[in-house]
Amino acid sequence: MARAPEPARSTAPGGAPGTLLTSADVARVVDRMAHQLIERAASGRAEDGADGGLADLVLVGIPTRGAPLARRLAARIEAFTGTRVDVGTADITLYRDDLRLRGVRALEPTVLPDAGIDGRLVVLVDDVLFSGRSVRAALDALRDLGRPRVVQLAVLVDRGHRELPIKADFVGKNVPTSRSQQVRVHLAEIDGADEVLVTDGEPGVREPRGEEAR
Amino acid sequence: MTSYLIKGARPCGGEPADILLTDGRIAAIGESLSATGAEVVEAAGLIALPGLVDLHTHLREPGREDAETVETGSRAAALGGFTAVHAMANTDPVADTAGVVEQVWRLGQEAGLVDVVPVGAVTVGLAGERLAELGAMADSAARVRVFSDDGHCVADPALMRRALEYVKAFDGVVAQHAEEPRLTVGAQMHEGDRSARLGLTGWPAAAEEAIIARDVLLAEHVGARLHVCHVSTAGSVEILRWAKSRGVQVTAEVTPHHLLLTDACAESYDPVFKVNPPLRTDADVEALRAGLADGTIDAVGTDHAPHAVEDKESEWAQARPGMLGLEQALAVVIETMVEPGRLDWAGVADRMSVRPAAIGRLDGLGDRSQGRPIAPGEPANLVLVDPAARATVDPAALASRSRNSPYAGRELPGRVVATFLRGTATVLDGKATR
Amino acid sequence: MKRHLLEAADLDRADATLVLDTAAQIDQALAGREVKKLPTLRGRTVVNLFYEDSTRTRISFELAAKRLSADVINFSAKGSSVSKGESLKDTALTLEAMGADAVVVRHSSSGAPHRLANWVRGSVVNAGDGTHEHPTQALLDAYTIRQRLGRLEGVRVAIVGDVLHSRVARSNVGLLHTLGADVTLVAPPTLLPVGVGSWPAEVSYDLDAVLPKVDVVMMLRVQAERMNASFFPSAREYSRRYGLDARRMGVLPDDAIVMHPGPMNRGMEIAAEVADSARSTIVEQVANGVSTRMAVLYLLLGGAPA
Ligand SMILES: [Zn+2]
Repeated sequence: MARAPEPARSTAPGGAPGTLLTSADVARVVDRMAHQLIERAASGRAEDGADGGLADLVLVGIPTRGAPLARRLAARIEAFTGTRVDVGTADITLYRDDLRLRGVRALEPTVLPDAGIDGRLVVLVDDVLFSGRSVRAALDALRDLGRPRVVQLAVLVDRGHRELPIKADFVGKNVPTSRSQQVRVHLAEIDGADEVLVTDGEPGVREPRGEEAR
Repeated sequence: MTSYLIKGARPCGGEPADILLTDGRIAAIGESLSATGAEVVEAAGLIALPGLVDLHTHLREPGREDAETVETGSRAAALGGFTAVHAMANTDPVADTAGVVEQVWRLGQEAGLVDVVPVGAVTVGLAGERLAELGAMADSAARVRVFSDDGHCVADPALMRRALEYVKAFDGVVAQHAEEPRLTVGAQMHEGDRSARLGLTGWPAAAEEAIIARDVLLAEHVGARLHVCHVSTAGSVEILRWAKSRGVQVTAEVTPHHLLLTDACAESYDPVFKVNPPLRTDADVEALRAGLADGTIDAVGTDHAPHAVEDKESEWAQARPGMLGLEQALAVVIETMVEPGRLDWAGVADRMSVRPAAIGRLDGLGDRSQGRPIAPGEPANLVLVDPAARATVDPAALASRSRNSPYAGRELPGRVVATFLRGTATVLDGKATR
Repeated sequence: MKRHLLEAADLDRADATLVLDTAAQIDQALAGREVKKLPTLRGRTVVNLFYEDSTRTRISFELAAKRLSADVINFSAKGSSVSKGESLKDTALTLEAMGADAVVVRHSSSGAPHRLANWVRGSVVNAGDGTHEHPTQALLDAYTIRQRLGRLEGVRVAIVGDVLHSRVARSNVGLLHTLGADVTLVAPPTLLPVGVGSWPAEVSYDLDAVLPKVDVVMMLRVQAERMNASFFPSAREYSRRYGLDARRMGVLPDDAIVMHPGPMNRGMEIAAEVADSARSTIVEQVANGVSTRMAVLYLLLGGAPA
């Protein structure tokens, strides 16, 4: 029998949100993920019979925060290996199945590398993995954008509570949470600083937050 | 016949007095009257006015009994404080013969709630081509004195001249719906800033003013009486003022809705606000109030125009023009004229009873006179109004068969507590007695 | 965004910009794709309720809805119960029973979409009502201007022709003003409404004086029949004074564009060589109509009920 995950320590008695990852933590986690991606790309050559290596890899960020995350991962990979990795973004808004519940939002650009994604190793990059619905929408979007050889998933935080059979291939940090909690990833490019916070949701709020609250 | 002893009402806003109604007449007015057998009506705080007279009512019978009948319209009138209404001629068949006007007159007698005074059409079938038998209608049992093609303008100037001249023979008056038809083809609302924005074809003020200017000149030329229906623009008031200063025998009426509402109502595209002539601007409303206050405009005429639901619950352009008025006319006059201090209660009696009755020549009919002063010996046509009461208009609660009230949801002052027609209560405690 | 799009005034600057940005993102998302279809509005029903023949507008809305995977019902007034005297209200109740999430309505009576909006729960999109408004046309025009000129703020736009009877003009004046453009209306005085002075636009009777000073010329369709009601003496005189021909096009600033909402009267308000010139955006306007309407449908229907 699975043990219920211990919810993350969150709000301190004073009400300040609990910090899961500091700025330095985020940098370290990103570096580790970059290394894992390098390994995956290298092993992919042997496993899949493909010969692309890092040139085969495309990091596709899911806006909003998956996009800068993908760019950071690419920058770190380049720093470690000297090889430039293709990066793109895929806006999934028009592919969501929960618009009726969540309302519209401004669309963000979908940008793919000139070489496209056909036949390549596409790693979707997102900040938080929660219900899995965003990833499902991203897979639908990818299908309209090309035909990758392999699609994998990298997330900074996996907070559990999946509603779909989806699993991340690269996880920065696993964080057991309760459903009512919110996990918020802040990135310098958008929020001015790097950190990952967990806060208690308002009582009675049952809607999934975290990856959904983009 | 029941006698009524009205206790403590203020006749035309004057000092409180008791009023005794007996045998259809005002028997006595004084302090602390008593009368054995009389039904007492406690009226402290109420205003007593002579029974109101409407020069402009559409009762829809015969032809559109689904929208209104003589009986339902009469009941609405009584609840509004009226004891006489002029029933417009645009029925189906048109009231352009002695037979039709007598039918309407008889239906009014049978209903017995107000005096229904038929208006005769000026031209056959309201077609504006040749005169109807005006003399036959005047000589009929309906005793027609007011002639109007209302709904249509008598646009042909030669025909209008002849009509004005001809009715002099029996002291009649032509009540003109002033609308130059060539300037209002397809017109939907007042032509101005709002029509431009709403994309509704404009009804220019000049289309009304041009006809009034022409007609007062014709009336002067032939020495005839002219009455102008539902004056709606500031320019019309100016022309009337000028004509009266020259001694032209012209009278005019304004509707309650033109005293209160403006073309801003059209922004909703709700056809309940579609009316002909259309609702005008704030400046026009102000000029109409001023004109009614100084007597340039003689009377309030309701232009009560009931319409069936399907004729109003539609696109604006497809809807028929017109709105209900009888039951809220006095309230609107209180709101727009009395409460702002522009007209006292004697003024209300003058504009809503005395003058309209005089225009329709109802004031010299002996026992059947209307618009007479509240004085002993006069016919007991009275309305008691509570000026302090305020109520929100609920179209579903109206006595009219139709629901097209532009005042729905609006709070208005003044409640008609009782109405007496020749000593008979048609309304008591704010409810129709039959 | 408000629930309905009935007139340009329903959009404030932020909303209008959101529509244009969304249309641009949709365009970009679909660019070069073989299958121009998104799953966004799967399971939603869009009714095209057209009381006036307008194949181009109906098709544009239909394509927009279908590209977002909505179910589309075309409810044409011709040959249906509508033409047999069913009232707008009864039709509205029927659509309501069908569960329409959006009703796109074209009607010859100004204000008909406003009436409809009182009777249905779904969103109402005005696809042109009488001589009132045609807000999605204004949106696609603004989108086209922004695409060509890169901006709307401060862009000088002349709208030329039958302003009096034009719903396109009304919507464009409102929306372009909201978006910061400067509009000049050019027409003979008979084809300008009384009250035009209250509009946020300049007015001129002289096309030649205006043309050198504008970035955009938007030509309105002028029906030759108007001369029968003495709005102008003859088609020839109209076209001579207010038509856009090659000579007049020559006095436009270098990068100025020529627009027309269609359908054109070639030789009346616009000469063939102008309509077919590189300045003309007429073909783009048609394409942009689809993406703009997709953006409108997405923003009205995609959202949670407010
Ligand atoms: Zn009239």
